[in-house]
This record gives sequence, structure tokens and C-alpha cells, in this order.
Amino acid sequence: MTEHHLANSHLGFLEYDPAPESASVARLRPSYGLFIGGEFTDPAAHDQFATVNPATGSPLATVAQGSAGDVDRAVASARHAYDTVWSKTSGAERAKYLFRIARIIQERARELAVVETLDNGKPIRESRDIDIPLAAAYFFYYAGWADKLDHAGFGPDPQPIGVAGQIIPWNFPLLMAAWKLAPALAAGNTCVLKPAETTPLSALVLAEILQQAELPAGVVNIVTGDGATGAALVEHPGVDKIAFTGSTEVGRLIQQRVAASPKRLTLELGGKGANIVFEDAPIDEMIEGIIDGIFFNQGHVCCAGSRLLVQESVADEVLRRLVRRVEQLRVGDPLDKNTDVGAINSAAQLAKIEELSAFGEREGATRYSSSCVLPTEGYWFAPTVFANVAQSHRIAREEIFGPVLSMLTFRTPDEAVAKANNTKYGLACGVWSEKGSRTLWVAQRLRAGVIWANTYNRFDPTSPFGGMRESGFGREGGRHGLEAYLNV
Amino acid sequence: MGATVPTIESEMQLRTMLASLSGVDAVGVEGRAAKLATRSVKKVSKTTAIDLAISMVDLTTLEGADTPGRVSSLCVKAMRPDPTDASVPATAAVCVYPDLVAHARSALAGSSVAVAAVSTAFPSGRASLRVKLLDVEDAVAAGADEIDMVIDRGAFLAGRIGQVFDEIVAVKRECGGAHLKVILETGELVTYDNIRRASWIAMLAGADFIKTSTGKVPIAATPPTALVMLEAVRDFAETTGHLVGVKVAGGIRTTKDAIRYLVIVNETVGSRWLTPELFRFGASSLLNDLLMQRLKQQRGAYVRADEFSGD
Amino acid sequence: MSEPRLDVRKTYKLLINGAFPRSESGRSYEVHTAGGDFLANAAQGSRKDLRDAVSAARAAQAKWWGASAYNRGQVIYRLAEMAESRRDELAEHVSLCEGVSAKLAQASVSRAIDRMVWYAGWTDKIAQVFGGTNPVAGPYFNFSIPVPSGVVAVLADQDSSLEAFVDAVLAPICVGNTVVVVASERRPTPAVLLGEMTATSDFPAGVLNIVTGFTNELAGTLASHEDVDGIDLSGVAVESANELAASAAGSIKRVLRSSGSSPDPSLRRLRAFVETSTVWHTIGQ
Repeated sequence: MTEHHLANSHLGFLEYDPAPESASVARLRPSYGLFIGGEFTDPAAHDQFATVNPATGSPLATVAQGSAGDVDRAVASARHAYDTVWSKTSGAERAKYLFRIARIIQERARELAVVETLDNGKPIRESRDIDIPLAAAYFFYYAGWADKLDHAGFGPDPQPIGVAGQIIPWNFPLLMAAWKLAPALAAGNTCVLKPAETTPLSALVLAEILQQAELPAGVVNIVTGDGATGAALVEHPGVDKIAFTGSTEVGRLIQQRVAASPKRLTLELGGKGANIVFEDAPIDEMIEGIIDGIFFNQGHVCCAGSRLLVQESVADEVLRRLVRRVEQLRVGDPLDKNTDVGAINSAAQLAKIEELSAFGEREGATRYSSSCVLPTEGYWFAPTVFANVAQSHRIAREEIFGPVLSMLTFRTPDEAVAKANNTKYGLACGVWSEKGSRTLWVAQRLRAGVIWANTYNRFDPTSPFGGMRESGFGREGGRHGLEAYLNV
Repeated sequence: MGATVPTIESEMQLRTMLASLSGVDAVGVEGRAAKLATRSVKKVSKTTAIDLAISMVDLTTLEGADTPGRVSSLCVKAMRPDPTDASVPATAAVCVYPDLVAHARSALAGSSVAVAAVSTAFPSGRASLRVKLLDVEDAVAAGADEIDMVIDRGAFLAGRIGQVFDEIVAVKRECGGAHLKVILETGELVTYDNIRRASWIAMLAGADFIKTSTGKVPIAATPPTALVMLEAVRDFAETTGHLVGVKVAGGIRTTKDAIRYLVIVNETVGSRWLTPELFRFGASSLLNDLLMQRLKQQRGAYVRADEFSGD
Repeated sequence: MSEPRLDVRKTYKLLINGAFPRSESGRSYEVHTAGGDFLANAAQGSRKDLRDAVSAARAAQAKWWGASAYNRGQVIYRLAEMAESRRDELAEHVSLCEGVSAKLAQASVSRAIDRMVWYAGWTDKIAQVFGGTNPVAGPYFNFSIPVPSGVVAVLADQDSSLEAFVDAVLAPICVGNTVVVVASERRPTPAVLLGEMTATSDFPAGVLNIVTGFTNELAGTLASHEDVDGIDLSGVAVESANELAASAAGSIKRVLRSSGSSPDPSLRRLRAFVETSTVWHTIGQ
């Protein structure tokens, strides 16, 4: 089917001049070592690899490729810290360390936001207004649990597990580090964190923050590297618990690897979220919610509303408004405060998005892509909506993990539920309707760990997040988020 | 859809039409307005925006204590906001009570500044239709170019939407060639659903502009309110081809506020509405802040308020 | 030879609605150290001061409860930051008022600050521990949420000048109430200092109101005041407690009777001024 490029709607003479945040706020070093035992190792002691700014393709810094030996040293450091210091530190004292860390994140918020945008490619508005404040908030929230574990609903005096190995993805680098470290430390564990290969920098700034907070040496260790580094951590016998966020493919491998071991495991994997729109949805807010659901963070979101299930009676009107709204999205320099959609994180990810989108066209869906002008350097993809998608199309079933929305229709609430659940995933869904009873009826029947009603992509440290079925198991956030890190 | 405004022949028909409108999710609309507030308008865009905002001001005095002297002063300022700089545009209009229209008109003779009169027992609207229409008649006879009427909020909240509609139609007729702004008094309508419905009633009844507030009750223009009204105006234009303007009034004091509204206009209805023909600010102290910011852009330093006349 | 420098002494005032007035009665009374030395002229609060304080607390309550739990936690944590930075001043007054050594006073201040941090971390967890969904037998979504009682009056413990004070005021504030507290009669200065610190901690005006004076003179006004939703009788003399509780019954106030601060914080104080609101919503297409 044909591809539709819409005429770029005239944004008129209220053009927004570029309003770039300054990259120099980031204070990046040319190269980084690992963070083990409370100190940075000498970069020269390691093989190094470059991390790149996806908006330009240029290198930002080099970081260490953590070897199996490095992982071993990090785990030993975490174990030593657990045995000699952290397990003897009262909850009230652990709380105060976490409160300090939260505070310093707030103090260094601007620097962190710029680092995150440079390394990940997401718009500065998102890193400034969402990623960084939420990271601080998760530390604040879990700080408060550290001395209240008796009241967390797991029985009296619950104990930590020991040493946690934590592997995080590239889509929300600092926030994912916060989601992992905060509950683990609050519960009394020590950690070895493996940031994603393409986005190691904000974790390394976090390491500096941990030093400023005077967190005892070895309580948190950060080992950068690629998949091999992660594998070494997963298989290390000195690790008591593994927490992984990433693709379902890799999650499967990890689960297989630890199956024969006593290691505890939680997984937060992929999704193909259904955003369900009923005819009585509040129309303008719903359009914003669909847009937010798939184009927030360039669609690099496991819980993205990547499938739009719209009631057939309003499908044409919704598509018309959606396409008009897509055309208004500002795609470009992530450091520009007026940018809505930033760069794709890597060449590899861009290739996957392009491949699946091309397939979508071949399968017979109708493609609408923004006519925005994309920069010539870096990795970019125009926000895209596919209409006339069938339930059996690949673009309706496979996670694209990019700014691509697949739109399908339904007739009745039953059908909406059936279509939404007809997936091996089960992470998140959205429901749009002004009728409360119907929203609750649908929510009750959806097989998803998170359901948003009349909103999308809302996160809060008090609210448990996680998936069902092949989207993983375990919850992060809330009282429930402590369970993964307690021996209960 | 047809390119004409549908004729409403009964309250039942109006009610049906309004029931077909979508609801507004308060959290969603407030979230959207807050996100639009993060737009950064700097450098050349900011200077353009400031001049645009100045040209959109209805410079207003609506006090019991208004005198011909006060009105004269206001008119001079409206025509030439910065006496030292002729490149500063004149404001769109001056807005006064009906009994001062004649005076304003002679003070503004020969200029591009229009005379807008509030009317229909402004601000409360609590009087008989006969009295309200006489109020309009007087203002028009005195030479008002624009009439800012108030809807009957009591009738609206009591469900007598047919009456609300009919009164607007009657006022429009009385306006003759004067253009009609319909004040919804959004602070008294309270909910966004009500504001959306009232916007449509006004537009269907023939409003040239819909306006947020009288400025005389505690809650006046807010960004989410303007957003809802602009969405209504956009949808009305798509359905009927008819372009209705929006005026935000009350509590808009700073350039930052004004630019926030211009951004909302820009990203909701688009640039076609970025003109005094279709967007206005009802304000008094806003003008001086715009002038100060304009000067700051030129000089590169913060300026003092006394640089400009107090009235 | 240089002359000894005269220090500028502090007047200890009330805290009402974010401002620091003297008592409207103009009265003051002498506060002495445990050793009998003159320490300060404290304001001797009156019925009218309490009336104004309750009024301020009521006006502030809806907005305090309307703030997010996260925000309330941030505000209480900031109080801990302020207290930590002024710990020596607090310790000096605890030592003088209670007649304990500097070392013991410092330890008491440390405990009090850690208790503030404990409360700061509770605000966004109360709902999860005290609330929840209820599996009713029918197609209804049913959930219970803990909401604050409203305005809580506290007659603070007479002996523990800081620790018990912190417990008594922060527990109700943490769950969303606003507070009017009558500080310890003979040992009020640590409380007054803490009140000053709330002014630099982003505490909205009216959330915490502190009146100094004679507890027995003031307790009755609070116990009978119909716009007070709950009352903590910790600091009243045993002889008067029953009578005050009976007076409080006039408007069905929630009454808390306990004394001192618990070494291991319990949830009793958090639960004392919390109401449970349960909502049913149909589930159906």
C-alpha cells in the first residue's frame, strides 16, 4: 500500500528559535574506568569502547569493557561490603544514605539531564522533566522503607537476600538504575550494576554522587561493558539475586542460565501495549494520550501503547486527528528544549525499526509518516502511524520499540479485551472512556501488569510496575517492589 | 460536513447537538496545557511574539471610578504605547463601559484602535433581556465597534440553554455592524465540559469571538480554559468553515503569560489565529510588562517599571 | 582591654499561621532552666490565641492534604535538614530545660532528628499500609483510603521537651492533618526553636501552630473547641485527663491518651488521627 506523507502543516510565524541546553553542563571526562569498592579504577587498566551521541553519531567518551575478572572483583567487593558493613547498618542509617543520594540527584539535576540526553538521544524536556525527577523520587520513596520493613506486609523483620546483580537497559538509563538500586539498598542488599552498552554515562555520574553521599565502599559497584559483561554477572556464583530489564529474548536466556542455581530472579521484559479507545473517550485528551503512549521517548518504552485499538465507530475521526497531530511533532536536536521527539538510540535499533516498518507496508497496512525533515547525521526515524492493521500482521504482534503505531479496530468491549489479550506479552494497556464502570470492567479483564485509564505512561515510585506472561515477572515500585530484594 | 453554521430551531435540537460533543478529561487537558508551557520562545521569536501580543491587547478600564480623564489617558497609551518608539504597534482596541464609548471614540479618532464596550448588564448579566438589549443599543449608538456581552450563567447552570442561545442571537442582532464577543465567565461555569458546551452555544448563536472572563470574579482566564475554547473554535471551523476568535481576559499580567497563550493558539488552531482579528488579550497591566520585555530584548538588560507611563 | 560583648537575646513568640506573634493577651511568663536559672520570658498563650491557631490550622488543612504525599514527605525531610544544621542550638536548650548533660542532650537531638526522617518517609506509604482494595461479593470495585481527621490539637508531653514533641506533632501532620500544639509549660524552648525551623522548611502557613503557656489553662479550650477533630492529651495532668476527654466527647473528637515518646516507633500515633474512606464503583460494560 502507499505511504502517505502529509504536507507539513504551517506552524506559522510563531516559529520557535532553537533553545538549546548547553552540552558543557555535562562535564564529561574523555574516559572512564569502573566503579568498584567505592573508587574509580584507572581507565587505562581496561579495554575501552566508545559511547556515542545518537543525535550526531559522534563519540562522547570511552568507557571500560568489564572483563570476567572485573565482574569477579566487583562481586567480591559487594560481598565484603555486605558482610562487614551494610548488613550491620540499621534501617534508619540506610535510609539516611538514600535520602542523601536523592537530594544530590536533585542538586545535580541539570547536569544529569544533559548527560542523559547526550548519551541516549531523548529530548532534554523529557530527561529534565521526567527521567531525573523520577529517579530522585524513587530514591526518596525507598529511603522511607528502609526503617519500616516490619510494616511492609512481609512479616516481622524481613531480611535482605545478599548481593544483587542488576542489568539495566538503554531506554531510561538513570531511572532504571534508580529503580534497581533504591529498593535493593533499602532492603539491605549490596549491588553490582551493569549499565547498558550504549548508555553508560549517567550511571558513572551516579557513581560520583554515591561518593558524595559517602555511601560505604562496595555497597554499590558499577561495571560497564557489553552483553558478555552481563553474562558474567548472571553466571557469577557469588551473586544471590539477578534483576534484569531488557528484551524478552535476553530475558529468556537469563532465566535458562539461572534455572539450575539458587539465584532469585526478576525480569522486566518487552511488551506490545494495547491502547483501547472507546467512542466516548474524551477526544482531545485521548489523542494526546495516544501520541504520548507511542512517541514518548521515541517509542523506546517497554510499556508503550504501540497498538491502538479504536472502536470502529470513531476510527476515521481518530485517525484524521492523529495524523494531524503527528505532523505537529517537532523532531530534532534533543538538546533543544522545544524538541518533542529525539534520536533513535543506536544504528542497530534504527535498522530493526526500519525493517519492521517496511514489512508493515508489505503486509498491507497504510502508512502515515510525519513529513518532518530529519537531520542528516545520527539515527533518526519519522513518527509513523500504520492504519488498517490486522491482528495477524507482524507489526501488530512484534515489539518494534520505536516511534511506530499500529492501529486496529474493534466493535464491542469483549472484542477489545480479546484483541488486547491476544499476545504473548502482558505489560501495559490503556483504556479511554468516560464511563467508569466500563473502564473498570475492561481493566479487570485485561492481562496486563499496568493499566492506565484516560492517561498513559504515568510512573510513580509508589505504584508497582511489571508484566505478566512473557513481559516478565516481579514488580518494581510500591510496597510490592521490596519483595524482590527480601528473603521472603 | 457542511460548510455552514447549522440553524438551531429548538432547545431540544441544541441539547442533542451539545450531547454529541466529547467530554473533556480535566487531568489530560491540564497536563497538555502544562506541557505547552515548557515551550521556550527566545530571541527573534520572542520579539515577534511581544509585538504580536501588543497588537492583540484590548486595553481595558472597567471601574466604577472611571472618568473621561482616565479614558483619555488610556486611549493615548493604546494608540502609542511607547511615545519614544514609533515601531511599537498600537493595541487592537480600548475596552470601556458603554457610557464612556463616545468619549473614547473621539479620543481615538483617526487611529486604528477600535472601541470595545462591555454590555448586557456587565459583569453579572443579571437584568431583564429588555434592559440588556438597551445597554447594547446605547453602546452601539455611541459608536462602539465591538460589543463584549456576558451570557446568562444562571440560565446556563439551571439548564435553560435555549434561553442562553436566544439572548446571544438577540444581542447579535442589536449589534448591527459591531462585532460581538461573548463572555462565558468560565470561572463561574467551573468545569471544562461546561466551558466546551457554552463555547458551542455561543458560536452557534453567532458570536464573532468567545471570551473567557469579565475579570470581575476570582477565577479568570487559565491556559487549560483557553485550550478548551481553542479546541472548540478549531472544531467549529472544521465543521462549518466559520472562523470564531478567542479573547482571554483577567489575570494576564506578564509577557510570559501572554506568550504561553500564543503558544497554545499556535499549537491548537494554528497560525491563522495569530492575528488581532482572531485573538485578543483583555488586560491592563500586561501592556507595560510587554513594553518592558521589548525594551529588555533591545537593551540586553532588565529595565525598571517607571520607564513607561503608569496609565 | 576590650569590653565584653553584650549578646542580643531572643524573644520567644508563638507560631500561628506562619507568623510569629506575641500573645494577643500581652502576657508572658518566666521559663527557668532545670537548675532554676532564668531562661526566657515565653508568651503566655490565651484562649484567643488558640482560637486564631485553630482557625489557621483549619484554613490550611485542605491544601495540606491536597498536596501530594511526596511533597509532604519532602517538607518534613527539609525540617530534619534544618534541625540537623541547628542541632547544637536544640541540644543546648534540651540540656538547659531538662537538666541533662550536653552529651545526653545531643543524643536526644539525634534521636529526634532521626524520628523526623522516619516520619518524612511515611507520608507516601500510609495509603499502602492502612488502605487497600476490598473483595466485595458483587461487581464492584471497592477501595479504602486513609484520610486525615482534619485539625488535631496536641497538649505536648511536659517532660520530654523535644523527642516527645516531635512524635506528637509530626505523626498527625505526616498523615495530612494540621496541628495546634501547646508546648511543655516548663520546657517550651526546644519546641519554639523547632517552630522557627518550620518557617524555613517550606511548611505552609498554618500546618503547625505552636502556643506556649499554661497547659491546664489552655487544655479546656481545645478540648471543647468544636472545630478541632482530634486531641492528644499526653501533656495534661492525670487528674484532668478524664474531664478533658469527657469535654472532647461533646463533638465526638478522636482522643489519644498516651505519654512520652516510644523508643521504638509504633503506628499507634499514625493511626490515631486517620479516617478510612471506602468507595464502591460498579463494574460493567
